[in-house]
Amino acid sequence: MSEVRPVPLNLRNSRILPIRFEYYEPTSLDEALELLDKLGEEAKVLAGGTDLIVKMKMRALEPKHLINLKRIPNLNYIVSDSESIRIGALTTWSDLEKSDIVKNELPALYDAVKAMGSLQIRNMATLGGNICNASPAADSAPPLLVYDAKVKVVSKQGVRVIPLTEFFLGPGVTALRSNEVLTEVVIDKHNVSVGSAFVKISRVATDLAIASAAVMIKLKDGILEDVKIALGSVAPTPVRAKSLEAALVGRPAKLEEVKQYLNLLEKDIKPIDDVRGTAWYRREVSKVLVYDAFLKALNRLGGCSL
Amino acid sequence: MKRVVRFKLNGEYVEAEVEPNELLINLLRDKLHLTGTKYVCGIGECGACTVLIDGKPVLSCITLAVDVNGKEVVTVEGVSKDGLTPVQEALMEEGAIQCGYCLPGFVVMGEYLLKERMEVSEEELREALRGNLCRCTGYVNIVKAFKKAFEKRGLKS
Repeated sequence: MSEVRPVPLNLRNSRILPIRFEYYEPTSLDEALELLDKLGEEAKVLAGGTDLIVKMKMRALEPKHLINLKRIPNLNYIVSDSESIRIGALTTWSDLEKSDIVKNELPALYDAVKAMGSLQIRNMATLGGNICNASPAADSAPPLLVYDAKVKVVSKQGVRVIPLTEFFLGPGVTALRSNEVLTEVVIDKHNVSVGSAFVKISRVATDLAIASAAVMIKLKDGILEDVKIALGSVAPTPVRAKSLEAALVGRPAKLEEVKQYLNLLEKDIKPIDDVRGTAWYRREVSKVLVYDAFLKALNRLGGCSL
Repeated sequence: MKRVVRFKLNGEYVEAEVEPNELLINLLRDKLHLTGTKYVCGIGECGACTVLIDGKPVLSCITLAVDVNGKEVVTVEGVSKDGLTPVQEALMEEGAIQCGYCLPGFVVMGEYLLKERMEVSEEELREALRGNLCRCTGYVNIVKAFKKAFEKRGLKS
């Protein structure tokens, strides 16, 4: 008879993280940057913790130093002026949900907020954390990609502004250097349209996406003047569907038109098989999700024609 | 290195020594002996360990104990300090309890929702409770109980 052993998950799943680390609580951004500059590669930055703590629990990440950013004031804000909308990195998903700016001006992001996690997770998780965790399934990514968002990253050496399209490099890998902190998401108002939407398919409501899609459209006399499409969970990073976008710009804003070109999506995505779904399923469902997001976006512009 | 955390727990100030790798649920259950809060999935999926920090429901199984320094924490023991809450009463009346392991999470959520919202539709209720998993009841009676608790408070459901 074989011995009964705890499965690895249970072995590691304790009320204490199974690793030891030094803990820091900087109360200003300068102090945090100083620490990061010194500790570099061996440090991890903690915001909401809904991804990082779980990864540390599973020993997928074993940082020697943990820098908690939550005591730094003034990193939680959503402001809108005539040029842009700026969102602080420590803004929680609940803050996004309560914001009229998000609801009225960034409907695709609002859809994503409503679709993400549970109320408890939304109270904890931050927008900056969702981006830096760089999951291909990150719910904030497709909406921010269609709005052509940029992220502001800061280090002791200075400030960099990186377009989100260049920020994601692979699953969990970003352009963020080990001494940098993401402090702000900036969305130019020229890239925003009420005609935008996000849809996601997941097994149950609080799960990660099997696939997700966001669409942003601008119309002029019934013609698609500007089209941006982004997808999640169908490639190593959240991706823009540039082939499909290019084909649709200048076409009539009709769902029949969109349908004709949907197969172009296959050029833009590289789905894989995993526990949540197969590559084949993801490829097929992506087309449906983009179609649905288009319909939702067109409706928000005041109705659509087939 | 151990750190001292001082925070308000269920209305009283407490002080405790914690390791940085200690989670809030460990501090609550194993050091402060408040075993009402339950540890189930341990990875932030099930909601059984829900507590209120500064009035908002969060998950104590993925919150570092050091992180509550200076904050206000309310557990299921805290919300029912003055007797059963309207949600607890309604859960009993509606037969919404089987094994009961998920219940502390639901009770804390109930307290939060009753404070936060004036009225709530069934859809909003199910939406708000989607982070609390119950593997016994199938949610029908739980949702009934929550609606009843809202009605009893003289609020529209």
